[in-house]
Amino acid sequence: MATKDATQAGEGAKAQDHKDGAGAPAEVEKTDEIRFGEVKHGLPEQETCRTVLKKMMLIRRFEERAGEMYAKAKVGGFLHLCIGEEATVVGATQALRESDYLMSTYREHGQALARGTHPNAVMAELFGREDGCSRGRGGSMHLFDWDRRFLGGYGIVGGSLPLSAGVALACDYLETDDVILSMMGDGATNQGTFGETMNFAALWSLPVVFVIINNQFGMGTALHRHSALTDLSLKSEGYGVPGTRCDGMDVLDVHSVVTKALACAREERKPQLVEAVTYRYRGHSMADPEEYRSKEEVEEWRARDPIHAFSRRLIDEDVIGEDEVERLDKEAIEIIDEAVRFADQSPFPELDSLYDEVYVFTDDVPAWWTVDERSPEPHRGEREREAGEVPHELAERGAAYAGVGDQQERTRRSPRDQDAEGEQQGPGEEEDGEPEDEGSSG
Amino acid sequence: MATVRYREALNQALREEMEADENVFIMGEDIGVFQGAFKVTAGLLEAFGEKRVRDTPISENTIVGMGVGAAMLGLRPVVELMTINFSMLAMDQIVNHAAAIRYMFGGQVKVPIVVRMPQGAGHQLGPTHSHCLEAFYLHVPGLLVAVPSTPADAKGLLKAAIRDDNPVIFIEHETLYGQRGDVPENGGPMRFGEAAVRREGDDATIIGISRMAITARKAADKLAEEHEIEAEVIDPRTLRPLDLDTILESVRKTNRAVIVEEGWPHGGVGANLAALIQEQAFDWLDAPVERVTGADVPMPYSKPLEQAAFPHEEHVMQAVLATFKDL
Repeated sequence: MATKDATQAGEGAKAQDHKDGAGAPAEVEKTDEIRFGEVKHGLPEQETCRTVLKKMMLIRRFEERAGEMYAKAKVGGFLHLCIGEEATVVGATQALRESDYLMSTYREHGQALARGTHPNAVMAELFGREDGCSRGRGGSMHLFDWDRRFLGGYGIVGGSLPLSAGVALACDYLETDDVILSMMGDGATNQGTFGETMNFAALWSLPVVFVIINNQFGMGTALHRHSALTDLSLKSEGYGVPGTRCDGMDVLDVHSVVTKALACAREERKPQLVEAVTYRYRGHSMADPEEYRSKEEVEEWRARDPIHAFSRRLIDEDVIGEDEVERLDKEAIEIIDEAVRFADQSPFPELDSLYDEVYVFTDDVPAWWTVDERSPEPHRGEREREAGEVPHELAERGAAYAGVGDQQERTRRSPRDQDAEGEQQGPGEEEDGEPEDEGSSG
Repeated sequence: MATVRYREALNQALREEMEADENVFIMGEDIGVFQGAFKVTAGLLEAFGEKRVRDTPISENTIVGMGVGAAMLGLRPVVELMTINFSMLAMDQIVNHAAAIRYMFGGQVKVPIVVRMPQGAGHQLGPTHSHCLEAFYLHVPGLLVAVPSTPADAKGLLKAAIRDDNPVIFIEHETLYGQRGDVPENGGPMRFGEAAVRREGDDATIIGISRMAITARKAADKLAEEHEIEAEVIDPRTLRPLDLDTILESVRKTNRAVIVEEGWPHGGVGANLAALIQEQAFDWLDAPVERVTGADVPMPYSKPLEQAAFPHEEHVMQAVLATFKDL
């Protein structure tokens, strides 16, 4: 199945034995100047090329469609698209082993897809559905896939950096040789957690590779307006984490540099930082009029398009034919069509699941109502459940208003009936007697 | 039973849990070589080595964040912050990550971290080292919050906190570290959500939070001596989960409730508890719920001012007497 090929975890990473990545990783060479458009590396074997291209295409098509779904109000909240950054996302994640970990920012649909999370699960999460990869609790900014060791998108800029160092600490503590790839945006380098985490990583020799996805903007603030140093690879060096740069529009360059960095972190316990210089074509989020940059600038970067450049080269070097490139793209579109269909049919989370997973139930926390101090009955979860169809109807009306032609029947699960509900809610607390309406004991 | 100090009880809990489970480790500022700012971790570096007793740089937010990350992979980090005021630097990691990660990722991971910190006034440490901020953490769903006031509770609850799979904010009191108390030998973990009735009485219920459980107890003894009022004193021990049943049962018996806390009045633990009591025991109350709180000021340094800024027995007694004033 095409779907599987495009999304299998670590498949590419296993198949790929990139020449640049082999051998001893003494030092990661420092690149002073990004020479965009220049051929820097030989092509890997055909199957790897195909995998890499497929993944980049899948991400591009996914993001385009996610944007459309946002416009149709199928997706709520904020939506941050990584169009333009596909080479950075795929090049870096392809360098990981299956057992390595990955953490990312809130612009992380691409990372999840690259790591092998099924597009259906990612789209369903964007739609806020039960089958989403975070069960509809996280949304676009908080994708997570434990099975593929994708440890999350995080909505706080720079917030995931300490977490990733903690994961690296655990890898070390548990005596594995797994590494975590910790991705951040250029804006995150201005947060306190950046310096704190770099210091920790170097001080404790943690197996972590930081990748700065420098897409030139911290939201709408251009790099030179938010960071005194614009060569971001220098920012970690004072803390003891060597930094290097790569061409974020060249999937092979990203892969090569990150592969070396991972080897350094894994084998020599020297944390590394890689700055991938790239660009996002779309606004920061969907709610971005883009008044901070010129159309010419965007066009200049679009001319370096990572997918176009890579597929062009594969055709020119007779690795795959033009018709196959077209076919792969068509397949990607079909996969995304299916993802949208799947997401649309996936049920919304049941309203009485509102409290699920706030706590792990333990000796100290036998049930959620033990920590919701407004017991005894009625509990808030029940009130929300009693709201019944209203929230869903409102959501559907909103979608209809936004021009969604799709009046597909939702296959929502029927709410539990009251009797079954009573059993689920745990012991009642009426034995002391509720005060009667008419009287007072006091 | 052995008589040990509060800090020693905590130390025992750490030592025993580290012996029992290799995945338990501790980290924090000056907890190893220096043996802890309040000597809670004394001797642990020697006993367990640098892998499991980790001195950190002064980076509160990242210390806690790293604990959260390590906990996601199944370790059981116990992070020490030097005072609760410093934990404000780690608020992002505590609220946005420790408390939220399990929920926002649909239950795929647990975050079994414990963040320990002392709070409280009395040592003239001024406005950045002396506050009582348990209300901040009580506010956050996803966290468990413990406020032990005795050595036995300190030990039993810390052991429970380390074993629990949820993130726990463990709030010690700075002026209690030297206090002695009976601690059961070979005692196991206590359960969260079980209040202690420190003194029985039929006339009024005093709920004391953290150190104020002790102040409340002393006030109750004086009320009995001087005013023939027998007050029941309840120490909730944990604020999440909260043993509201024990509190309500007492209030329904005494018909009067006084809540004593050291923290600020607005949005405080007492405000929350008063609301819960009036929601669920309004018809049993013979007087409005009284609150005794710290003064609504940053903690001053000067000794007389500092002493005036947190509750003492007299304040508690006045509040209890106020619930009788119309009789």
